[in-house]
Amino acid sequence: MEAQELVTQAANTLDLKSLGAAFAIGAGALGPGIGIGLLAAKAMEAMGRNPEAAPKIQTAMILAAAFAEAIAIYALVVALIIKFI
Amino acid sequence: MHISIAAEKLSTVFGLPITNSLIMSWVAMVTLIAVTFALRRTMTLVPGRFQAFIEVVFESLLNLVDSITQDRHKTEKFLPLVLTIFLFIITANWLSLLPGVGSIGIWEEDTLIPIFRPANTDLNNTLALAIIAVVAAHFFGLRSLGIKKHIGKFINVHGPIDFFVGLLEAIGEVSRVLSFSFRLFGNMFAGEVLLLVLASLIPVFIPIPFLGFELFVGFIQALVFAMLTLVFLTIATSEHH
Repeated sequence: MEAQELVTQAANTLDLKSLGAAFAIGAGALGPGIGIGLLAAKAMEAMGRNPEAAPKIQTAMILAAAFAEAIAIYALVVALIIKFI
Repeated sequence: MHISIAAEKLSTVFGLPITNSLIMSWVAMVTLIAVTFALRRTMTLVPGRFQAFIEVVFESLLNLVDSITQDRHKTEKFLPLVLTIFLFIITANWLSLLPGVGSIGIWEEDTLIPIFRPANTDLNNTLALAIIAVVAAHFFGLRSLGIKKHIGKFINVHGPIDFFVGLLEAIGEVSRVLSFSFRLFGNMFAGEVLLLVLASLIPVFIPIPFLGFELFVGFIQALVFAMLTLVFLTIATSEHH
């Protein structure tokens, strides 16, 4: 199986499979990165205005950041599937 | 370097496969049960240091759950499930950072099959946890609201828009299972692959900050899974506005 793979890779000089995997995670990390940044910015502003509510805001912020990060994880799983299966 | 998304099968018992991630989740279970029994035997009214530490963890999680459910009665109903999910996931994640996980194994025609693999890097494991969480939400919702009100959230014949909203909610339940399982699986698998690649490139000193990051990620993923389970349990047991 390994010999067959090397032969096909030598035949196609463009390694599109690796390019696909790299592009999947690269483009997929853009959206969540911006999303989490906006989230944290608004959370810090809210904490600055109302320091007493800081624990509540912090808990909600971490929860929402996990939701946004899950999208990046989906892109990562697609990249891993392309690379390894 | 041997990276495979599927967990490697080591042997079979009565026709069921035993994978290396299953062995690791057994280790996590045995650890938790051993700590529980050790604590039960030496439990005193004035706590010693270890018992005080466990009480701090328990009480802070109790307050966190209270702040989300806003109802002490519901908290007492949900706390066992949520706390178990949190403790199991954090134990499985942190145990996977010990030396020996991923490196002790059986050589099979020039690839190493590890005997231990982090429990949550197996999609079967995380899918099982996600299904438990979603089915538990439905179960608690059925028991506290009654059949008609609970099914009425999803099959709503009061009008066309309400019907589509109910349909979307039903599809949302399936997507919830997928998102729970893939969030945990993706985070843990990516961390394991990162540590593997680093250890094969520069095994001295460089993996240390990444191990610290993996500690943090393991804790956050356990917390997020438990908190999301709790939020969906609370939504399932509250009346449709």
